[in-house]
Amino acid sequence: MDRPAPFAVRVQAAPFDTAAEIAALSGDGDVGAVVTFCGLCRADRSTEGAPLSALILEHYPGMAEAEMDRLIDDARGRWPLTGARIVHRFGRIVPGEPIVLVVTASAHRAAAFSAAEFLMDWLKTKAPFWKKEERGAVGDWVAAKVEDDTAAARWTGR
Amino acid sequence: MRVLYFAWLRERIGRAEEEIEPPPEVATVGDLAHWLAGRDAAYAHAFSDPKLVRAALDKRHVKPDALLAGAREIAFFPPMTGG
Repeated sequence: MDRPAPFAVRVQAAPFDTAAEIAALSGDGDVGAVVTFCGLCRADRSTEGAPLSALILEHYPGMAEAEMDRLIDDARGRWPLTGARIVHRFGRIVPGEPIVLVVTASAHRAAAFSAAEFLMDWLKTKAPFWKKEERGAVGDWVAAKVEDDTAAARWTGR
Repeated sequence: MRVLYFAWLRERIGRAEEEIEPPPEVATVGDLAHWLAGRDAAYAHAFSDPKLVRAALDKRHVKPDALLAGAREIAFFPPMTGG
């Protein structure tokens, strides 16, 4: 069987198999650490009115993949990674379902932890995805958060 | 050139993409946004707050002063909210 590509990005409507993605980056003895981050759709009952019933994710096909590839290239220039994968879903996603998966692998855990956080921080501000919240019959586009720009910006001084 | 719109820009304008032929004095991304905003009320609404409009030329992020020359595709969209 062919070894799966250790560096890869995917945009898909279907849910993903986290265990399969980890297995794909586990190597054959050279990998000491695999870090995963999974972002989920949250019901968000904190605001007045109807709770969130779903998120509708829109993306820019082609550019979404290209941006995520560029982020992985950037991460590889900063840490000695043996693999990195980003899987991002689009379409209608209900609370409790996964939206995004970042998996990073390295010989040691520090690089894998840092690279996973770096990829998520930049994904939020650079990858062309947009969320619309569905609350009952109302749909509203999610506004970008200043905190996301701040989180991404802290990597630029390195 | 081909123009794409995403999220609420797409909804306000009422279409996801179109072919346009801007006049020669439209040189930059910012010029094009201004030119499109002058088309009608829907475009004016979509481009009313320049701080909330981002652009990509041939699938790469660009600033408003980027030159359009040679680009085949431009996209306008709000700040991204993925992840």
